[in-house]
Amino acid sequence: MELDSAMLSRLLTSLTLGFHIIFATLGVGVPLLISLAEWIGIKRNDPYYTLLARRWARGFVVTVAVGVVTGTAIGLQLSLLWPNFMQLAGQVISLPLFLETFAFFFEAIFLGIYLYTWDRFKKPIYHWLISIPVVIGSTLSAVFISTVNAFMNSPQGFDMVDGVLTNIQPLAAMFNPATPTKVGHVVMSAYLTSAIVLAAITAFHMLKGKRSTYYRKALKLTMTAGFIFAIGTAVIGDFSGKYLAEYQPSKLAAAEWHFETSENADLVVGGFLNDETNEVKYGLVLPNFLSILAHGDPNAEVMGLDQVPEDEVPPLYIHYLFDGMVGIGMFLAALTFFFVIALRLKRFNTENKWFLRLIVLAGPLSVLAIEFGWIFSEVGRQPWILWDIMRTGHAATSANGVGWMFVLFLLLYIVLGTLCVTVLRKMFKTNPAENELEEIARKK
Amino acid sequence: MDIQLLGITVLWVFLYGYLITASIDFGAGFFAYYGELTGRDHIINKIISRYLSPVWEVTNVFFVFFFVGLVGFFPDTAYYYGTALLVPGSIAIILLAIRGSFYAFGNYGAKKSRVYTFLYGVTGLLIPASLSTALTLSEGGFIEEVNGEVKFLAGELFSSFYSWSVVLLAIVSVLFISAAFLTYYASRANDEPALELLRKYALFWSAPTILSSILVFVALQQHNSVHFERTLDYAWFFIASLFCFLIATYLIFQRKRYGTAFIFVMLQFFFAFFGYGISHLPWILYDHITIYSGYTNETTGVYLVIAFIAGLCLLVPSLVLLMRLFLFDAEYVKGNKS
Repeated sequence: MELDSAMLSRLLTSLTLGFHIIFATLGVGVPLLISLAEWIGIKRNDPYYTLLARRWARGFVVTVAVGVVTGTAIGLQLSLLWPNFMQLAGQVISLPLFLETFAFFFEAIFLGIYLYTWDRFKKPIYHWLISIPVVIGSTLSAVFISTVNAFMNSPQGFDMVDGVLTNIQPLAAMFNPATPTKVGHVVMSAYLTSAIVLAAITAFHMLKGKRSTYYRKALKLTMTAGFIFAIGTAVIGDFSGKYLAEYQPSKLAAAEWHFETSENADLVVGGFLNDETNEVKYGLVLPNFLSILAHGDPNAEVMGLDQVPEDEVPPLYIHYLFDGMVGIGMFLAALTFFFVIALRLKRFNTENKWFLRLIVLAGPLSVLAIEFGWIFSEVGRQPWILWDIMRTGHAATSANGVGWMFVLFLLLYIVLGTLCVTVLRKMFKTNPAENELEEIARKK
Repeated sequence: MDIQLLGITVLWVFLYGYLITASIDFGAGFFAYYGELTGRDHIINKIISRYLSPVWEVTNVFFVFFFVGLVGFFPDTAYYYGTALLVPGSIAIILLAIRGSFYAFGNYGAKKSRVYTFLYGVTGLLIPASLSTALTLSEGGFIEEVNGEVKFLAGELFSSFYSWSVVLLAIVSVLFISAAFLTYYASRANDEPALELLRKYALFWSAPTILSSILVFVALQQHNSVHFERTLDYAWFFIASLFCFLIATYLIFQRKRYGTAFIFVMLQFFFAFFGYGISHLPWILYDHITIYSGYTNETTGVYLVIAFIAGLCLLVPSLVLLMRLFLFDAEYVKGNKS
């Protein structure tokens, strides 16, 4: 690995995105859960749910602040680190970037109102109404920004003549073949991760012996919502596989270590690769599954890496990222499914210590799956920054000092990450739910 | 009006919006820190945090909107400014990140900390200084293109008289705009002690804004005489600006109509900022990019304008709602509502 300007730019971009995506994901999903909790609270006249919404919102402000500042960072870094890419792609894809800013603006305005008007309206439903633009704004931000990433994977909406773009159609660029699956997968997995993270926090408290109705209701809400989002994520994930097979077959082939084009292709899970012979050892082989994943037909032909020019094969370690993401996704689906069934049957104790521990574990795992998914998607697109059009190496800045900036940003994110966790812990420790629960009990 | 001009006007309006809202925020940070140093924090900090808490993110978005729009309408700016601003731009991002997140940590978190206030105050002065370098660069002479590679002449920037005069103007303006606004906010809250102190700050920083503006003109004449000549064609902008400044200062001095006074402060900067902008045209980056050469294609331009108008229809009512709830609701301003 040579540390030239392009490599350093890639590292710095990954650093910022890898950090930002944690807060961005929560920023998209948590408002939906807050809104849901407040709505149930109003509908059932249940102060527990209202308290849930309030406490989640209080923590959310802190994470959203980190999301906002790191989002500003990545927005500027796109131009600072990839000036050639922005100069070219900006002519076609600036529309959704611009729209994302609007969605974000809209969200920021109403979030400010939402957070500071809990007791200002006569009817609580008016306050809940303010959460709707927040949910719409945050989800639309994710939608617009994902279309830009989709465009990088499947660019269209222009003609390239001698390095000059002509016949530009911004809407065609925005709604490219990668858009439906990319957008769907990003939004749904953000909802899923947020629900699971909140469930994990709840389970963590329950393990510490706090087993009141408040926590039970929180767990029920987050796990049930998590189940629905897990199913959604899995279904859209399956469509993503079929998209890759059609439009970016080399990405799929690299992810699945599929070297020779063949029918009835087998799916390899895990394993070790011999770099010289391309043989896979200790992998779990699922017969015909790759053909099903790629085309929905066990006999279908799946393109292998033998069809890809050597200098266009993405790094093969993405196989582990893909498997990690899918594995965690399936674990989350199973966990939430089991919870929902157990709740229905009322036979199994969902407050079993080991079950709660699994839920706690699911929190960090779900965030890890988001990281795996993004690294897989970005590294799997290499060597292209703009699929089949512009190579990553040609897009990077020619300026000096990227290495130093990497060090500075690394320090920044370490400080922000540490402080964010410390502040959140302090905030909820000095004002535990029990204090506010007592108040509710007194009012009753 | 051609679409390029429309585009740059829209962006300039947003940058003006950022200039005002961010100045209030940056200056407030400095005053809060200064208040703590001199043991007067209890007088003004309540006023400051009541205004800032709901709006700081909105301020930030004005800025994001400006640079995303700039790259959208004029993709060539990404190429030139992107390369040149790698280091100053990154430093500005880091300062903005520290400021924004530390504000949240300090205000929403469990307990106030001196470190947060310090960083909040210092970044309030450093950010305008570092952001103003982008405007300095636009005058030309600091970016060179050799064999298709853009080079940033950092040495020239640091040894330039013009560059430092702009930094000075940026910092002084931030303090004046902020003090003028907070004076108004304190008067709405009927907070006498805070009003007295903030009024003093506003008067203290009033004359320096005009003096440092004159300094910038002198420096500009040396640095980019073409631009300087053009500012003379638009002299009435700057005269109107001075006029508004006099009215604003007079009103604050006479303890009258602080709201009107702040509107005149806004107008003072409006005329100066647009006078500067108009005389700068057609250049976005002197000698390299004009609004015509750097313009994106026609189709994207039209879509961006449509998106902008549609977005504005959504945003203006929302912003009005925000202001009615937190700026013009007397009960909230006085602290009687949560």
